[in-house]
Amino acid sequence: MSSVSLAATPSASMLLVGQVRRDLKIAMRSPGDLANPLMFYALAVALFPLGVGPSPERLAELAPGVLWVLALLATLLGLETLFRRDFEEGTLEQLALHAQPLFVGVLAKIGAHWLVTGLPLVLFAPIAALMLNLPMQALDTLMITLLLGTPILSVLGAVGAALTVSLRRSSLLLALIVLPLYVPVLILGAGAVAAVVDGVDSTAQVAWLAALCALALTLAPFGAAAGLRVGLD
Amino acid sequence: MASLKEWWHRLGSPRTFYAIAQRAGPWFTGLGVAAIVVALTWGLAFAPPDYQQGNSFRIMYLHVPTAILAQSVYMMLGAAGLVLLVWRMKLADMVIVAAAPFGMSMTALALVTGAIWGKPTWGAWWVWDARTTSMLVQLFLYFGLIALRQAIPREETAGRACAILAVVGTVNIPIIKYSVDWWLTLHQPSTFTLTAAPSMPPEMYLPLLVSVLGFYALFAGLVFARTSNVILDRERSTAWVRALVREQTS
Amino acid sequence: MIFSSLSDFLAMGGHAPYVWSAYGIGLVVILVNVLSPGIARRRFFEIEGERERRAAVRAEQE
Repeated sequence: MSSVSLAATPSASMLLVGQVRRDLKIAMRSPGDLANPLMFYALAVALFPLGVGPSPERLAELAPGVLWVLALLATLLGLETLFRRDFEEGTLEQLALHAQPLFVGVLAKIGAHWLVTGLPLVLFAPIAALMLNLPMQALDTLMITLLLGTPILSVLGAVGAALTVSLRRSSLLLALIVLPLYVPVLILGAGAVAAVVDGVDSTAQVAWLAALCALALTLAPFGAAAGLRVGLD
Repeated sequence: MASLKEWWHRLGSPRTFYAIAQRAGPWFTGLGVAAIVVALTWGLAFAPPDYQQGNSFRIMYLHVPTAILAQSVYMMLGAAGLVLLVWRMKLADMVIVAAAPFGMSMTALALVTGAIWGKPTWGAWWVWDARTTSMLVQLFLYFGLIALRQAIPREETAGRACAILAVVGTVNIPIIKYSVDWWLTLHQPSTFTLTAAPSMPPEMYLPLLVSVLGFYALFAGLVFARTSNVILDRERSTAWVRALVREQTS
Repeated sequence: MIFSSLSDFLAMGGHAPYVWSAYGIGLVVILVNVLSPGIARRRFFEIEGERERRAAVRAEQE
């Protein structure tokens, strides 16, 4: 986040930091909601051995894909409410009327969403990797790809959340809109981890993921801001 | 420049577009249907069988055009979305509404014919090869777009939301295709490509060319026809539509 | 014609089920696409024409 605030004018960075802080404070007020995506992730990871059997070899083989697919699904959980509360309370309208462009506020909300869903997934990754018997040499790749990939998931998800903000029950529609857009992230992330498991170099996948992360972070907030304006009309 | 701008604005007026569509639509549809009938008959009965695949390759004359259309139509939706967002041209939204279901049906048809072709060729109905997988993602992109359109009750809000999604989707398509191609080379180097165009003799690829052109013409004709219907529906209370109704039913 | 007889043509060198089912489904999809706009258009004019007639009747009564 720091690079963004450096590039922007002081008041933009103040808006950014203030918004992130506000969102985090709101999130802290309901720790149950805060823990939901992580709980879902842990539970779903635990379900897999029950479904496919406890064989360590088989789990190790499936682990990269499973860990990544579940990361996509866990990210979806917090998305529906990303702009919902602010939309209903009218805060979003204030943000839209703010002197700073709307995408700054949007970026802040996405940052807060990532801090409460994406980052915990990254930090939980070692335990999830242990549960699915992922070979230890792939752990750092798993964490790096999650660190680069989950911001993309948050920011693309924010576009979907913005487009459906005026709808009351949107979680299924949101999944339908957003998941196809997640395909490249899944392929690159899981592919990098699987490559390391197979003893192949994964620099290319990680580099592409980093490039996509930069691209998504620069372009998608504009899409989300445009979507919110449509919803606000 | 002024005249070009004027022309653009006049084209954007639903009434003018309706008049153009009524004249041009049937021609394109007729031409498209004729070309498709000729091409498919040619492909089914007159093109030589493939030396490897025998006669099952004739599904290509249906499969390849629909697959091309599936992608072109989505690209066009993205372009129309951009026009709607930049120029606020309502007609662009009507075109999106008219074209999206056709694009979805082409994508579904490409997947189904691909599966039917895959059975005798690969020995399996479904193979996760790069093109099939991209096409499946493409189908979900259409699903999402149409579902979003139907979920938002207000016409204008729905139109602009769909325009944004179409643009985002269009930007994503090359990334998706590239990543899927790559995913495949990582997992199983594909040795079998269905159609290597350059190696095809003219009597095999000419019907394919006619078929592709026919599908494009059909698409144009259907967009004219379906957009006309959307225009009638949205402008139903205007004087010119009322006059048209009286004229048509008297 | 590349086939020597009609039955040869229909058999498609043993690939008949695949070729003909693909073409059958394709035909249905194309037909639905081609015919549905005309049907929708006719229905629009039926409904709106009926409304127009009713409005005319009402105007006469008043």
